Amino acid sequence: MKGLRQLCIILLILSLGEILQLRFNMSVPGTILGMIILLFLLMIKVVKLKNIDSISTTLLNNFALFFVPANVGIMVYFEQVKAVWVKLLIVIIISTIVVMAVTGLTVQLLDRAISKQKKGGKHESLS
Amino acid sequence: MKAYLNSPLFGVTITIVAFLIGSYINKKTKMAILNPILLSAFAIIFILNRFDIDYETYNLGGRLISFFIAPATVVLAVPLYKNIRLLRKKWLPILIGITVGSLAGLVVIFVLCKLLRIDRIMLISLLPKSTTAAISMETSEEIGGIPSLSVAFTAVTGICGNILGEYIFRIFKINDKVSRGVSLGTASHVLGTAKAMEMGETEGALSSLSITVAGIISVFLIPWFMNLLGI
Repeated sequence: MKGLRQLCIILLILSLGEILQLRFNMSVPGTILGMIILLFLLMIKVVKLKNIDSISTTLLNNFALFFVPANVGIMVYFEQVKAVWVKLLIVIIISTIVVMAVTGLTVQLLDRAISKQKKGGKHESLS
Repeated sequence: MKAYLNSPLFGVTITIVAFLIGSYINKKTKMAILNPILLSAFAIIFILNRFDIDYETYNLGGRLISFFIAPATVVLAVPLYKNIRLLRKKWLPILIGITVGSLAGLVVIFVLCKLLRIDRIMLISLLPKSTTAAISMETSEEIGGIPSLSVAFTAVTGICGNILGEYIFRIFKINDKVSRGVSLGTASHVLGTAKAMEMGETEGALSSLSITVAGIISVFLIPWFMNLLGI
């Protein structure tokens, strides 16, 4: 019954997310709203980690499996993809490198700048 | 035989069998390029083609498995909640880094698609590819892309990040643990996080946090970006 109770909590939160999305015609997917709602409920401790731990472990451990059928769906678009797959691969590789480099460098530079400023501030207050 | 193929049992069974075999091969070879999602999907496509079974028939069972994407997305809040304290100290550089990095990715995808004359529907399906598969699929659907393509692009992106991560860090001199973790999670979701976990605990935790944070940011960023450029 424990597993079922936990699944029920997740399904109710998910339903709330989906209903909100439909009701207010939001551009954010209902599942993401559900995730944000769950995060909020965890933070204000209305839902406790132990209320959903086994269902979340089960779902997250099998995460990759759930995407297999959707991926099989590319067979429907096979002709479309076949004509451009090299180009697509180029776009994917270059953009992945850019995201990684820009994200990493931005975090690193900002972090250094902020800690320098903090140190600078301390020196000033000392003098 | 027809009756068996036309029941959901067929799709569910072949998916789970193919996935277990794919995971086994991935674990044995330890090669990111032999990704379980791609391996099993290709194996299933091969079998469906070989026996002349159409996608609709397969998907009678397949959609039962796809159903779990939605609740699995909701529980992504759990790892985020567990790691959210990591955000407290350095939240500003991390959030700005993820936003700037994701935006840079969108710009590059847009420019390259224009240069290479890739059509609009492919472009749209490419935009969410750095986010985790659940968010990528949902976003793709929301913005008028083809979710199936987005999932495939997402898997390939994960493989790229996993393989290229170390070289990129060396070339661009990204040495700091926090930056490395955030970078891997933002650019290549779960597969990037697998690499981050090999690098160290801090990298792993930040990468896993960044998957979800980058996903949430992208959900807002992508429609805004499309509006801005009139895609």
